Amino acid sequence: MPVKGRIARISGPLVVAEGMEGAQMFEMVRVGEDKLIGEITRIRGDRAFIQVYESTTGLKPGEPVEGTGAPLSVWLGPGIIGTIYDGVQRPLPLIAEIIAKEAPNRKMFIERGVQVDPIPRDKKWHFKPAVNGGGVHIGDKVEPGDVLGTVPETSLIEHKVMVPPGVRGRLKWIAQEGDYTIEDPIAVVEADGKEIEVKMAHRWPVRIPRPYKKKLEPTLPLITGVRIIDTFFPMAKGGTGAVPGGFGTGKTVTLHSLAQWSDARVVVYIGCGERGNEMTEVLERFPTYKDPWTGKPLMERTILIANTSNMPVAAREASIYVGVTLAEYYRDMGYDVLLVADSTSRWAEALREIAGRLEEMPAEEGYPSYLASRLAEFYERAGRVEALGSPDRHGSVTIVGAVSPPGGDFTEPVTSHTKRFIRVFWALDTKLAYSRHYPAINWILSYSAYVDLVTEWWHKNVDPRWRKYRDEAMEILTRENELQDIVRLVGTESLDERDKLVLETARLLKDGFLKQNAFDPIDAFATPQKQFKLLRMFIDFYQRALELVQHGITVAQIRQAIGRLYVEMVKAKFTIPNDQLEKIDELRERVLKVLDELEARSG
Amino acid sequence: MAVGVREYSRIREIKGPLLVVEGVSNVAYDEIVEVELATGEKRKGRVLDVMKGIAVVQVFEGTTGITTTGTKVRFLGRPLEIPVSEDMLGRIFNGLGEPIDGGPPIIAEEERDVNGAPLNPAERAYPEDFIQTGVSAIDGMNTLVRGQKLPIFSGSGLPHNKLAAQIARQATVRGEEEEFAVVFAAIGIKYDDFIFFKKFFEETGALDRVAMFVNLADEPAMVRLVTPRAALTLAEYLAFDRDMHVLVILTDMTNYAEALREISAAREEVPGRQGYPGYLYSDLASIYERAGRVKGKKGSITQMPILTMPNDDITHPIPDLTGYITEGQIVLSRELYNKGIYPPINVLMSLSRLMKEGIGPGKTREDHADVSNQLYAAYSRGVELRSLAAVVGEESLSAVDRKYLEFADAFERRFLSQGERENRSIEQTLDLAWEILAILPEEELTNIKEEFIRKYHPKYRKKTTQ
Ligand SMILES: Nc1ncnc2c1ncn2[C@@H]1O[C@H](COP(=O)(O)OP(=O)(O)OP(=O)(O)O)[C@@H](O)[C@H]1O
Ligand SMILES: [Mg+2]
Repeated sequence: MPVKGRIARISGPLVVAEGMEGAQMFEMVRVGEDKLIGEITRIRGDRAFIQVYESTTGLKPGEPVEGTGAPLSVWLGPGIIGTIYDGVQRPLPLIAEIIAKEAPNRKMFIERGVQVDPIPRDKKWHFKPAVNGGGVHIGDKVEPGDVLGTVPETSLIEHKVMVPPGVRGRLKWIAQEGDYTIEDPIAVVEADGKEIEVKMAHRWPVRIPRPYKKKLEPTLPLITGVRIIDTFFPMAKGGTGAVPGGFGTGKTVTLHSLAQWSDARVVVYIGCGERGNEMTEVLERFPTYKDPWTGKPLMERTILIANTSNMPVAAREASIYVGVTLAEYYRDMGYDVLLVADSTSRWAEALREIAGRLEEMPAEEGYPSYLASRLAEFYERAGRVEALGSPDRHGSVTIVGAVSPPGGDFTEPVTSHTKRFIRVFWALDTKLAYSRHYPAINWILSYSAYVDLVTEWWHKNVDPRWRKYRDEAMEILTRENELQDIVRLVGTESLDERDKLVLETARLLKDGFLKQNAFDPIDAFATPQKQFKLLRMFIDFYQRALELVQHGITVAQIRQAIGRLYVEMVKAKFTIPNDQLEKIDELRERVLKVLDELEARSG
Repeated sequence: MAVGVREYSRIREIKGPLLVVEGVSNVAYDEIVEVELATGEKRKGRVLDVMKGIAVVQVFEGTTGITTTGTKVRFLGRPLEIPVSEDMLGRIFNGLGEPIDGGPPIIAEEERDVNGAPLNPAERAYPEDFIQTGVSAIDGMNTLVRGQKLPIFSGSGLPHNKLAAQIARQATVRGEEEEFAVVFAAIGIKYDDFIFFKKFFEETGALDRVAMFVNLADEPAMVRLVTPRAALTLAEYLAFDRDMHVLVILTDMTNYAEALREISAAREEVPGRQGYPGYLYSDLASIYERAGRVKGKKGSITQMPILTMPNDDITHPIPDLTGYITEGQIVLSRELYNKGIYPPINVLMSLSRLMKEGIGPGKTREDHADVSNQLYAAYSRGVELRSLAAVVGEESLSAVDRKYLEFADAFERRFLSQGERENRSIEQTLDLAWEILAILPEEELTNIKEEFIRKYHPKYRKKTTQ
């Protein structure tokens, strides 16, 4: 019997209820006459402290609080992809529909106490049992994760209907190919003489990671089409990364680019305490944008979770777990899932606010002492795994979180703790953003621990010289950074010619390679091949020019000789599309030829 | 919350703006309260915390003069509401939304909770209509669109009022006759500043499409927590129930945040940065996010909050958290102001995140995005070289670098700088941009597509017109 108590106190998003003997920690409860959703975050005697996921305005002491007997959970089944949810898996369009019935002119606002199904109960899905080939047979022993059949969820995602966690036994019956709702049984499993009906959907508590067979090393790059990321600070499928930066430095644009272009199969986008319009942008745009890898509408692989800054703060805390649980579910089907969270700082602030209301002892800057362990737990849910059940499947969850440090100061607690648990750090730089060098990823402060792991992929799939070129470019950029200190003291004119060439090449690399306009139709997405060819052009130019410089030719002479080719090189990123890469080679040869001629003339 | 009025008089404690009332029952969180002093004076308040039998009430007008005996506290059984009506345009209200202009009472078409409700992101429509403000630094490089929230970050003594007024006067959506309705919230500002705006609206003949909510510097600070919300409640009504395009000016949000800090300190909450409460971000968001467009509705809310950065410090929590919520910012610079440049907009620190949707062919001009990118790239290089030249001397710069210095000066003197009543069309702004970009060697224009250079660069334009 679920517990029943009464409200004793209300303070912002925190409600204290009494008479709650028997309540479980993290149990989901219904608060007040309006049955607002809440979760128990602390128990003392018969009192339960509840974080409420909806506005508490108007609640009164004495109103009822009812337990549900279960922790906060999500529904997992077909119908998730393409949906926009709030922080506790309520589809936002359905909330609007329900409100429209009572108050059409209030339709655009989110009111409290609306109860909606996370996935449609009446929608029929075309289920195809996996009874052929290596599939299941009646009488087989089945266990959690075994694929019973498939449902075409969207044109991009074939939903694998798996034996749910905890169900193990002999397969007694499986439904014929046909159309079923998530309420219809599609299989019966017999265990210990009991028959268990299996349906296409089940529930899973969000704070508990979903199980898998084993974790694997991430070795495949997550290709994003963003040059500075793929070439210099690559992400791996199953990896973890953070994008910290002050306001307006490009965190959201970076995450949008990843969601849009990366070669993940499923994308979970969590807008956690950020702007409403940014979710609207994705919602309006993704159905019309095409997945660059398949040509299908992007929304067919995307799940949105929106708990914007003006929505109840407690739900912000939950939204991260809701998102990662959905990601794990598709990972279990064998898909590569990318989860982006914008912004983890707002999540941490929600944690801080609730801890403050609970009058917990604050640690750094008012954050609770368990901030670090919560961050660690979240990022630990990333990884490339061998999924449970048969047939064998490999899936991954890649997590990238934006971090919004106050005043852009990376030494603050959320940034510094996050750094301990992630392996790719894309540091956004306010100065670069001010001069509109986008993406404003600082190439000196950023790092990726996956460079070595993904090198093999590049060598196999793009060019065996990739690593050599990449490292050389990195060296030029690092050297330029050192030279800038000298330039600030003495200017550029008195530098050694070789150093001038480093400055010149670094400028080429910055303008022609690192800078990338996320809104330019040609520039926004660069294939790995295009990235390599551009890089090769710049580095070959540098190498050849260096030989000339060593023969006494000045950088000014070189610059003059290549003339307009310089501009052509810088503009190649947005004038040469991914399918005309031979033009980059041509350009490169023209540049090298000019240098040959210059050498001949001077030699 | 449908319960009647209940009256209590046991006050246990008075602390800052807070009253702790005992013996209460059936009190709701966030319920509105009327406090009647022994003298008969009435004040308003709001329930901040409620336990069994005890309510903590924040008194908007402050607790000065309140006694523990003889004071009556009435719980009104509803959250703070204001009447909304189209007739409120042309009127002046206090910070709680009560008329103070001596005019007739407002015949409410509806009463609305000032806290509003969050807009459903799935019901929003993305803002994309270009607003021409006639100010080159804004239209050319930080374009404002209808439904955007774009604050002005200023410093004390800088001409933010002038700029806001210029924008309010000149803002138009091209091809549309309709003018903006203006909802103006004065939050703890000086009388002079209020009079500046009032006179401005009078002079421009705009008074009948302006509603003003006024809380001045010498008026109760706690009211400031309500003033922007009352203003936005009316704005939402005008935009989404009455199909109007509404421009909301909130000034000065720094005073708002300070009032919030005061109440947080009185409640002895764990302070965040610089004593501001940890929830300052969420609280500010509950104001700033009340802007935008929604599906199937004609109206919109464009928000222009003004805030003065304490010590001109953009990393101070108020501008910092604002920047994290709004869709960009217009930053005023003391350095440019001291150079005599109006409007003294630091374009490098300024940003409009919604610009990309509002510009381009059919909206402004095809070359707009490229020109803007090029201006940024060139001006930032110019500024950088300027500080380098200050150290190493101009003669240690290359000839090209010296061109950048010339460009940066022209940018400030010719492009940024304009008259308070000068209203430039977007074409004028872009053509002016080309004129100064022409100072640089053509190979330096690496952000602009070749076709646009051929079409708009003065060098080629002259040829075709000759
Ligand atoms: N790769 C890019 N290409 C072009 N423009 C960019 C790019 N990255 C960022 N920008 C510009 O910078 C603006 C701010 O970027 P974004 O909204 O991503 O910042 P943010 O770091 O998420 O800020 P906040 O913390 O306030 O949310 C964008 O609106 C866009 O104009
Ligand atoms: Mg952002």
